[in-house]
Formats: sequence, structure tokens, C-alpha cells
Amino acid sequence: MDIKIENLTKKYGYQKAVDNISFNVKTGEIVGFLGPNGAGKTTTMKIITNYLNCEEGEITIGGKSIKTNAEEIKKHIGYLPESNPLYNDMPVIDYLEFCAALQGIEDKFIPGRVREMVKVCGLNSEKHKKIGELSKGYRQRVGLAQAMIHDPEILILDEPTTGLDPNQIVEIRRLIRELGKEKTVILSTHILSEVEATCDRILIINNGAIVADGTAESLRKKAKGNEVLSVRIEDGDADTIYKTLKAISTIDSVDFTDRSKNRFEIQSSVGSSSKREIFNVCVKNGWVLTEMTPSETKLEDIFRELTLN
Amino acid sequence: MKSILIITRRELNSFFDSLIAYIILALLLGFTGFLTWIRGFGNSDVFMLNQATLGQFIGVAYWTLFFIIPALTMRLIAEEKKTGTIELLLTKAISDRQVVIGKFLSTLLLICIALLLTLPYVITIASIGNLDLGEVICGYLGLILMSATYISIGLYASSITSNQIVAFLATLFIGLFFHIIFDLLKGAATGFIGDFFSMLSLSTHFESIARGVVDSKDIIYFLSIIILGLFLTEVSLSKRKISG
Repeated sequence: MDIKIENLTKKYGYQKAVDNISFNVKTGEIVGFLGPNGAGKTTTMKIITNYLNCEEGEITIGGKSIKTNAEEIKKHIGYLPESNPLYNDMPVIDYLEFCAALQGIEDKFIPGRVREMVKVCGLNSEKHKKIGELSKGYRQRVGLAQAMIHDPEILILDEPTTGLDPNQIVEIRRLIRELGKEKTVILSTHILSEVEATCDRILIINNGAIVADGTAESLRKKAKGNEVLSVRIEDGDADTIYKTLKAISTIDSVDFTDRSKNRFEIQSSVGSSSKREIFNVCVKNGWVLTEMTPSETKLEDIFRELTLN
Repeated sequence: MKSILIITRRELNSFFDSLIAYIILALLLGFTGFLTWIRGFGNSDVFMLNQATLGQFIGVAYWTLFFIIPALTMRLIAEEKKTGTIELLLTKAISDRQVVIGKFLSTLLLICIALLLTLPYVITIASIGNLDLGEVICGYLGLILMSATYISIGLYASSITSNQIVAFLATLFIGLFFHIIFDLLKGAATGFIGDFFSMLSLSTHFESIARGVVDSKDIIYFLSIIILGLFLTEVSLSKRKISG
């Protein structure tokens, strides 16, 4: 099911939480929401799940407007809210059965679904405990289990991996990627490496507006147009190498990172690559090129650049 | 309809899991039992009166339920608002109205179970004298209608706050008007105003049903407060959507 959001605006009083946001999410796509606190990620998710209304704008899911088909559409959405609220007085199994029944699963299929979710989310050892007795990580797993219990076509996950141990994080990310092949997934997170590891597409939201939209790759390209290489050249005099490198036409700047070890950081001018030229220069002068690494712009830097202003 | 029953079942289980249900049952049976059989107010227990009547029991239940119901309804929505589970519940494939009705029915069902457990009193009284069956049925009908009314008010009070104590006190406060204040005002005023308060007073309508006269006027009175309460609860839940 595709999600189509057009000109969505949501105000809390005079404050605009979401300001004229538009984007599409296609089936089989995992979209990651990134943004500082209070950027409007959670509000957008709450509107998609029909917990909040959108005053302005239109959301269509699978070709149907959520304003007129709320009950129908809610069946196809699995939602994990930010704070992961759960009924503490209910045993895990009972809670999952309750959620399955509410989502309209036929009675005869409920035990099977619950069993599967217990297996998928690794809840087997805790399934008879009351939710209130569980640790944070297990609560998070129960939250994920209830979101996926009815095999929804759309998954909205607000910070799905908080409170999980590293093994479980890897496991859940793998699960989300698996699900994302045939379902539509929107997740929000603060962990930038998580977005890179799981999402096909990244939306960076700041002050209620989308400031970047694309794959991690394309965001990098956009953030920094020029190539940066860290290079180590041996068997030559550092200053001579420095001057020779500087003379190459495509190179913008050369800096020493470690003079004694002949390490340099080389920035090419916008839109050009100087890897070949550096290699050729080394060959010509009989130097040995022992290291050449393109240094990638970190997602953290892009994030800071876009959201700090 | 199925979704409503799922909610009702969960809430009812929750009452019994958290001991609330047992405490409520013990309180209701204890109070009514003590005051009906052992020592009624002003020596009005069954043996002193020397009459096979349920009047004493109905009167005690009338007041006991008035205090018990706010304690049952206070957590229904306020607690979910506090813990945030309301968000999870309302984003499931269920409408706000179904949630409200489901929660309403769960509490009403608990009260009905409690009243069912008082049937031994009826059987005992019937065995020692000539009990009017019509009076019994009407008395219970009155108690159920009255309970439903206060549950509906309590549900509304629970939906406007995330603090259970506030919900409890608000229910008692609103309930007090229907339970006794309108009745007192009725006595203080005459003519049109007196009639007006008499019409608003829950006790007037309750007594009329408990006496054995089931008038459509009384039924409409109870039903309209119940429906108004449920409607306001739904509105209050939906208010989150347009929060400004």
C-alpha cells in the first residue's frame, strides 16, 4: 500500500508542528525519519495512524483518503508509539491475543499469529509474565509484536530499537529489512547508523518541514560535492610530494595530516576526481602509494548541517 | 459489535485481575447485607420491620452503588490517558465510540454480577413472607438504570482528565446533584421550578420505578442521561484530534 502525503499541516495552537509536508512512500520501501527533538516526526506519524487529525492537507493510503476511510485503513497499519505504552496488568500472551482480536483477525487464526510473533520477537521465555514485570527491552519486543500481529501492510515504528541490546537491535533491523521487501515501513530514529543500515530512503525533518529527501548516498553527494581522499605516499621527500600534488590541476587543496609519515588529505575541486592523477604522479616519480582512502562525509555531518541553523 | 465485546471482556478481566471487582463485591454485599438483616438505620432491618419487603435493601444499595461506581469508572479512561495506552488503543481498527461503549458495558456488567449475587437475599425474604415479585423486578431494574447513569457520568469524568482522583471526585460531584441536591431543591421550591427540579432529580425517577410503576417518562430520563454521558465521552476522546 502506498502512502501519499500532500501539503500536510498541523498546528498546536499557534505553533506549527508540521508545516506543509509532502512525500510519497511506495510499497516495499523503508523510509527513515530523522530530525532533532520536536521536529514533527512523531506528530506526522500520529496523523498517519489517525490518532490525530490533519486540518490541512491530504493523506491517501492505498488510494483512499484517511479522512473518509479511517476504520478500513487502520486495519492495515501496525503502529509502535514512541513511549511504547502497554497494559502492565496483562500477561504477554493475553495482550497479544487482545490486539489480534481488535485488529479483526478471525478467532481461529489468533493462536497461530500469537505463536509466530512470540517466536519472531524472541518472547518465548517471558510469554506468561505480566507486561509490567518485563524489562525495557522485552517491553519493546512486545510493542513490536503487537504492531506486527495482524501482518499489516504498513508499519509505522517510532524509534523501534530503543532499549534493545545490540544483538536484538541487529535482529530487529534484519526483521524490518525483511518486512520492508513487501510492506511499507516508516520508522523514526535518533541513531543515524540505524537509518543507514535499514532504510532505503531518508527524510530529514526540521521545524516541521522536510529539509532533505533521498538515499544516504544521494544525501552525501548533495551535502559535499567534492571528493576528499586521505593518502599516504612513501619513498619521497614530504615537501616535494606536497608541491607536486598541489600542482595537479584537479586538486583544490592539500593538507598534511601526519608529516613524518607522509600522510595527506587531498580535496579535489567540485565535480572532479583526482585519484588517477595522484597515482600517475607517484608512478612517474617512483613513489610508493601505500594508502588511498576516500573519506565519506558522515551522515552526522549532513544531519548537523541541515538541522542546525 | 465484536470489537465492543473485545473491549468489554478485557476491562472486565482487568477488574477481576486487579482485585477491584472483589473489593466492590464485598463492599456491596457487606453493606447491604448488614443493613438489611442485622441492623438497619432507625431499626429498619427486615426483622424489626416484620415485613417481607425489599425496600430496605433497595435503599441501601441505592446509596452504596452511588459511592462504589465512581471508584470503578475513575480508571477506565484516565489511566489509559496517563500511561499513553489510549494512543495504542485508538489506533487499532476500532472507533472511539466502540471503545466508549465497550468500557461502559464492562462496568455495567460488573454491577449486574454484583446485583446477581444479592439474589439470595431476595430468596430468603421470599421464603419467610409474601414478597411482591413485581416490586423485586422493578427494584432491580431501577438499580441497574441508576448504575448505568452513574457509569455514564463516571466515564465522562474519566475522559476529561488523566488523574483518577479528579475523575472520582468529579463523578461524585456531578452525581450528588442528581442523587440528592435536585431532590432538596425540589422540596425548597414550588410551582414550575419545583416541577423542574423534580424532573431533573434522579431519586424521583428511581423511587417511581422502585415503587413498581415503570413509566416511559422515567425510562426516557435514565436513557437520555446515559446517552448524553456516552456521547460527551466520545466527544471528549475525539478532542485530541483537533487539539489547538
